[in-house]
Amino acid sequence: MSFCTKEGNGKDKIMFLTKDDLSSPSTIRHKEDEAFDPWEPHGLILPNGSINWDCPCLGGMASGPCGLVFRRAYTCFHNSSSQMKGAECMSDFDALTKCFAKYPKLYGGKDKSNSPTDAATSALVDGINTPK
Amino acid sequence: MQTSHLTRLASIQHFNLIKRSLTRPTGPVLRKLIASEASPTTNYVRSTCEFRFASTTTSSSNDGQNSHDEEQKKKNITNLMYLAGAVTGLGAIYTIFQNRKSSKEKQDAVSAYDAKQLKSQHADDKLDASKKTLVEKVGDLQDRKLLAEEEQPEELNKTDLTPVIPSFAQYLIIGGGTAALSAFKSIRAHDATAKVLVISSEKYYPYMRPPLSKDVWYTDDNLLNQHMFKQWNGQEKSLFFFDNEFYADVKTLNDEENGGVGVVLGRKVVNLDLKTSVAKLDNGWEISFEKCLIATGGQPKSLKVFQTASNRLKSKLTLYRGIDDFFALKKVVDSGADVTIIGGGFLGSELACSLAHRATENDKRGNPSGKITQLMPETGNISKVLPEYLSKWATGRVRDEGANVLTNVELIGASVVQDGKVSLSYIDPQNPKKTSYITCDHVVVAVGIEPNTDLAKSAGLEVDPDQGGFLVNAELQARHNVWVAGDAASFYDINLGRRRVEHYDHAIVSGKLAGENMTGAHKPYWHQSTFWSDLGPKVGFEAIGLTDSQLQTVAVYAKGKPTDEEQKRDSEGNREQQDVVPEATANDLKHKLPESKGNLDKDDYSKGVVFYLKENKVVGIVLWNVFNRIAIARKIIKDQQEITNFQELAKLFNIHQD
Repeated sequence: MSFCTKEGNGKDKIMFLTKDDLSSPSTIRHKEDEAFDPWEPHGLILPNGSINWDCPCLGGMASGPCGLVFRRAYTCFHNSSSQMKGAECMSDFDALTKCFAKYPKLYGGKDKSNSPTDAATSALVDGINTPK
Repeated sequence: MQTSHLTRLASIQHFNLIKRSLTRPTGPVLRKLIASEASPTTNYVRSTCEFRFASTTTSSSNDGQNSHDEEQKKKNITNLMYLAGAVTGLGAIYTIFQNRKSSKEKQDAVSAYDAKQLKSQHADDKLDASKKTLVEKVGDLQDRKLLAEEEQPEELNKTDLTPVIPSFAQYLIIGGGTAALSAFKSIRAHDATAKVLVISSEKYYPYMRPPLSKDVWYTDDNLLNQHMFKQWNGQEKSLFFFDNEFYADVKTLNDEENGGVGVVLGRKVVNLDLKTSVAKLDNGWEISFEKCLIATGGQPKSLKVFQTASNRLKSKLTLYRGIDDFFALKKVVDSGADVTIIGGGFLGSELACSLAHRATENDKRGNPSGKITQLMPETGNISKVLPEYLSKWATGRVRDEGANVLTNVELIGASVVQDGKVSLSYIDPQNPKKTSYITCDHVVVAVGIEPNTDLAKSAGLEVDPDQGGFLVNAELQARHNVWVAGDAASFYDINLGRRRVEHYDHAIVSGKLAGENMTGAHKPYWHQSTFWSDLGPKVGFEAIGLTDSQLQTVAVYAKGKPTDEEQKRDSEGNREQQDVVPEATANDLKHKLPESKGNLDKDDYSKGVVFYLKENKVVGIVLWNVFNRIAIARKIIKDQQEITNFQELAKLFNIHQD
C-alpha cells in the first residue's frame, strides 16, 4: 500500500502514504505551551484584560487618523458593564462616526475588501464573546 | 498730509547722506587746511618738495645735515598729507555724484508715490458721488485694495516659512515598502500619538509586491487602472495597503496633536550620522531623529552579460520589481512579444506561469500573443527550496501552463540583432560543443536582489559578510536608536540561528516587531514567519522555517485521489493562518489537478508535506498543495523535538482531508 523511496543520493526520503496509513491519531506529543508567553503574538484582549491595539484583527483602526477616537470608543465599550453593553458610550461612538465620515475612503462601509470597519466590528463582537 | 511728511523725510535723508559723504573726507581735508593756514610755509613747502627731488643727487655736507633732515621729515609728512587730501577729495566728489544719482531715483519714487496718493484721494472724492454705477464702484474698491496691499509690507506667513519636509522626526523610517508599513502601523498602535516620518524612494505610497507576479496578470484592465487586482477567490483588493487618506500631511506632521504617519515620496536617505542622529536626503535636506528604522529592502540584481549592454539592449530588458515594471511588461506581453525570463526562483517561476497564462488567454481572444520562455542554470524551478525531484516535477507544472522552460542553461551572451530582436547565447549541456541561441523580443531578469546597505558606511553599521544585510541582534536592533527590518536585515533567530529572509510575511512580522521595540518593548524575533508561492492556478505551497534544499528532507505524499482545497488570505494579503481546515466549496476550486494527466502513479507529488531536518530536528516545512495548516507546522518547528517517525508526524497534517 504505502512505500518509501530515496532520491538525490539518499538525501531526500519520500514516502507515499494512503489515507488509512495516516488515519489513526498521531503519537507525537507537542510541548506544553506557556500560559502567557510574552513573546507570542496575542489576540484582541490580553491576558491582563487590556486591549491589544496591535491586533491584526483591528485592521489598523487604532493606528490610522481616527485611531484615538476609536480607542476611546472601544475602551468605553469594553469596560461597559451595563445590561446594554455600550449604552453609556453613545457620545464616543458618535465622535467615531463623525471621524469616519471625514475619511470616507478609509472607513467607507460599502467597500468590503479593505474595510477595517468590518474587521473591527467583528473584532468587537469576538472580543465580547471570548471568555476572559 | 502724508505727502509733505514724506518729502520732508526724503529731504532729511538726502541731507544726511550728503553730510555723511562729506564728513569722512572732510576731517583730514579740514585738518590740512588748518595746518597750512597755521604754517606760512605752504607754498614754500610745495617748492621745496620739487627742490628736494632735484637735489637728491647732490650730496649735502655734514654741517647742514641735521637741519636738512628735519626739513626732509616735514616735507615727507606734508607730501603724505597732500596725497591723502587728494585721494579723499576725489572720493568726496565721487560720493556726491553717486548720491545725486540715487537721490534722483528717490525723488522719482517719491513723486510716483505722490501721484498714487493723489489718485486715491481722487478716488475717495469720486466715491462720495452717489451717482456712480456699481461696476465703477467695485472697480474703485479694487484699486483701493491694490493700493492698500502695496502700501503695507507683506506679512510673513507661517505656512510659507514652514519647510515641506520637517527637520525633525520623532520616528524616522527609511524606506517605504512592506516592512516600513508594518512598522508604522505597529508604532502607532503602541504609541497612540506617534509622529512617524517615512522617507521612500518609490513613486507610490506603500504597496504590496506579491500580487505583481501573480494576481495582477489575471486581472482586467479596468481594475488595474485603479491599481486594484482580483484575487483567486474573486475578491477585489487595492495594491496599496492604505488609501492616501491614511497618511498625514508631511509639512504639518509635527504640529498634529494626535500625530500621524507622513510619507515623503521620491527621496532617498544618502547619509546617516549616528553621532548626531541626523539623516541626510539626496537633495541635501537634513532630518534629525529620535529613533530610526532602516527598511531599505533590496535592488534587483543583474547579470554580467547585461552589464555591458548597449542602450538598445537595455530598452528590451526589465529588472522586475515594482508597479511601473508591471505596467511596462504588461504592455510588452499584450503586444504579442516573445518574452524570455531569466531566473528559476520564485519571481521567475511565478512570472513564467502568469505570463504564459496571459499569452494563452490573449491568443484565445484573437489578440497578439508571444512565446514565453524561462531559462535557468539549475535543474528545476525553485531548486533552492524544493528537493531536486520536487523541483523537477514543479518544472513540469510550469510547462503545463504553457511556458517553455529550459533548465541547466548558463547564459553566456546577449545582443540585439539586425531585426531588433534580442539574441541570447548559451551552452546546451546536451550539445556542449556549440553555442545555442534563443531569440526573443524582451528579456525579464529575475535573479534575486541585493540588499540595500549603502547607509552602512556613513552610519558605521556592520554588514553580514555571508548573507548580506545589516547585522542586527535578536530584537532587530543595530544601535540603541536604530533598528532594521525586512529584506535588508540579517538578524538572529533564537530557534534557527542567524538569517536573512526575503519574503513578504517576514517583512510584515519583522516590521511589526521592530515597530513595537521602537516604542519601548524588548521582544526578540520569535513568531516564525511564512512564505508561499503559486505556480499558476494549479500548484501552490506554503512554507515555514529553514527550507534549504541542501538540508536532508523527508516528505510524505498522499497516495490516492487528490482533493480540492481553498486557501484564504487575510487583510495583509497573507494566507490566513488557521488551525481549522475549512470545508471546500464546490465553486472555489483552486488547486485541482486534472485526472487525465495520469498522475495517479508512483511519481505523483500532487499533495504532501516536506520536512527539512538538521540533526534529526525539523527546522523547516513545506506544505505542498496542502493549505491552512501552517499553525501546526509552526508549532512543530517551535518545539524543536527530535523526530524519528515521520509517518506519525505527517498524521498531524491530515493531508488527505478535504
